Amino acid sequence: MAPQDTIRRHTISVLVDNEPGVLARVIGLFSGRGYNIESLTVAEVNEKDSLSRITVVTSGTPMIIEQIKAQLDRLVPVHKVKDLTLAGPFIEREMALVKVSGSGEKRVEALRIADIFKARVVDATITSFVFEITGTAEELNRFVELMDQLGLVDISRTGAVAMSRGAAGL
Amino acid sequence: MSTGTKLTGADIVIKALRDQGVDTIFGYPGGAVLPIYDALFKQNDIKHILVRHEQAAVHAAEGYARSTGKVGVVLVTSGPGATNAVTGLVDALMDSIPLVCLTGQVPTHLIGNDAFQECDTTGITRPATKHNYLVKDVNNLARTLHEGFYVAKSGRPGPVVIDIPKDVQFAEGTYRTPGESQPKSYRPQVKPDLNRVEEAVELIANAKRPIFYVGGGVINAGPIASQLLTQFVRMTGYPCTNTLMGLGAYPASDPQFLGMLGMHGTYEANLAMHGCDVMINIGARFDDRVTGKLSEFSPGSKKIHVDIDPSNINKNVPVDIAIVGDAAYVLEDMIRIWKARQKRPDQKALKAWWDQINQWRAKDCLRYDRTDQVIKPQYALERLRDAVKGRDDVFISTEVGQHQMWAAQFLPFDKPNRWLTSGGLGTMGYGLPAAIGAQIGNPKGLCIDVAGEASILMNIQELSTAAQYRLPVKVFILNNQWMGMVRQWQELLHGSRYSHSYSEALPDFVKLAEAFGGVGLRATKVSEVDDVIRTMIETPRFVVVDMCVDPKENCFPMIPGGKAHNEMLLGPEERVSEATPEEGMVLV
Repeated sequence: MAPQDTIRRHTISVLVDNEPGVLARVIGLFSGRGYNIESLTVAEVNEKDSLSRITVVTSGTPMIIEQIKAQLDRLVPVHKVKDLTLAGPFIEREMALVKVSGSGEKRVEALRIADIFKARVVDATITSFVFEITGTAEELNRFVELMDQLGLVDISRTGAVAMSRGAAGL
Repeated sequence: MSTGTKLTGADIVIKALRDQGVDTIFGYPGGAVLPIYDALFKQNDIKHILVRHEQAAVHAAEGYARSTGKVGVVLVTSGPGATNAVTGLVDALMDSIPLVCLTGQVPTHLIGNDAFQECDTTGITRPATKHNYLVKDVNNLARTLHEGFYVAKSGRPGPVVIDIPKDVQFAEGTYRTPGESQPKSYRPQVKPDLNRVEEAVELIANAKRPIFYVGGGVINAGPIASQLLTQFVRMTGYPCTNTLMGLGAYPASDPQFLGMLGMHGTYEANLAMHGCDVMINIGARFDDRVTGKLSEFSPGSKKIHVDIDPSNINKNVPVDIAIVGDAAYVLEDMIRIWKARQKRPDQKALKAWWDQINQWRAKDCLRYDRTDQVIKPQYALERLRDAVKGRDDVFISTEVGQHQMWAAQFLPFDKPNRWLTSGGLGTMGYGLPAAIGAQIGNPKGLCIDVAGEASILMNIQELSTAAQYRLPVKVFILNNQWMGMVRQWQELLHGSRYSHSYSEALPDFVKLAEAFGGVGLRATKVSEVDDVIRTMIETPRFVVVDMCVDPKENCFPMIPGGKAHNEMLLGPEERVSEATPEEGMVLV
């Protein structure tokens, strides 16, 4: 276990009833108790039972992370809370749309870097591209950093989605 | 009526309340709840107590719940009805009181349109409740009501708001019985992990300097938990201290009881907490009023924490053995394992520990200057204590401030559910409506609100409720003409600059009581105290006592903000050091 004062990044999966206000409860808990949110994504994953999955990336000392999980778990519409960071190896992915505008050598260079990062061109004009890129947050950061020097005009990111490796489900 | 019958939403509300065993609700009507009030009018099973302010409806329901062990029920209208209830809801949330609060809402098609008396009730009360609901379909109403009761009383109890738009109250829908509607996800753990309990029993049995630190969780686990706790503490022979919310969980008259702990707790309780080697926390949450300076809190002890709410574990203080479960189940298991393993405490170590504790006790930390020149507030409470000695039907509520701490220090509680106070939120104005709720729940009881002259003015209008229902509640005002606790902090920590803490332009409380239709009594001399208390108890109507006490008296002992348990001030002769650290000053 990490020392008590080490701040560490954790990815937490939360299975909740898909009902009005459930996201407000989760966000209100984080803001009301002063916890940090690095990213938060939510979408329905089970239409039959009307369940949504929230992936929240947060950071804190081991005591704070334990608190966050306990506080989430006691919300009435929450079915399950799982700390993927502690539970073992897991996959984390994020998608971004990145718009770059320019001409000449910069435009060619943007395309070349996009190719290296396996980013897809999803929109093109004579003076611009929109790239779609999927990867870890670090890969996306790196891509955006490079594009910044090549005419970056707009970014939209999804925030992380994640699940554990192996056969077991949430 | 059988399952599946069509009823209006308003009738569904009444039927669900009846099926939940509710016989009393506290409320105030308004436009958005008229259909429910109409349904109330047409029946006789559920008694409605009309308060004079929605905040008081919630506090009265809290007093009713705390003194009876039932769920308190509140009915208020939309907009200001709901916003006025918010203070009471947060109060119940902080003190884990089971409540269901029904709020009217504007019709569904007007929600979000800034309609008359509209507010976002579920939005406002989300952080003020354990859970809340907005019911948009009458066919979900019964299920939601039953789930609301389940959530309010299960696990760590708390307040639940159910917001019901007016058109849903008129619409016809299907009724569902409690058994047909189980919540999908909320299943709190009540039975403990036995391995942890076994580890705890080993640690408890091997302790040299143990202490039981017991909180409101034991009260919430029902009278049986208090009995089990008392049995277990006596089996061990260990000392026991209660938190403000836990008073009554362990009998105050028992020799093993060290009194309340914390900021205004006893010297022996706090030093025993500081010096113990094993701390057994049952149903308390390491509140800042209890721990004092966290980094110096009970530095040498192994800590066991029993709590029904996992989020309380390791929140403020890291513990060695955490047991999640209902206090009654945990205590039952502890006693069983203790007996089965034939545990015997180390008598030699225990004797040395008690010798030490008795030295601390000899400091007589609650002593005060016994004078006949002026009524000391502690003296008034001692006389009240003696006047009700031996009675089993006394319920004490309080407001918030010095009088609350003196009541906690000087009034002994031998049983649970007799002590009603706003511990977590510290809500001035709590005591009178809480006493009214306790009186409704215990019609033959002697319900006394120990008050201050400042707090009582925050919900004084409830004397009118007491008059309407002929409730013989007693308001025992320790009138020192100051917001005493504010003045005490200003004296000790802010250079005696008494900024806005003087109770200027006070009413004549005797005339005020008479104006509301009750009896007013006043004592200004020590010689009058006993007569006033006797008359108060004997009068079968509501009574307001104006006990004119020493305006300068401060509440000791005291752990100043930011200090540790072993840095207590015992009395006015010990001053807070000039160098009160900045970090201590900013604490409330």
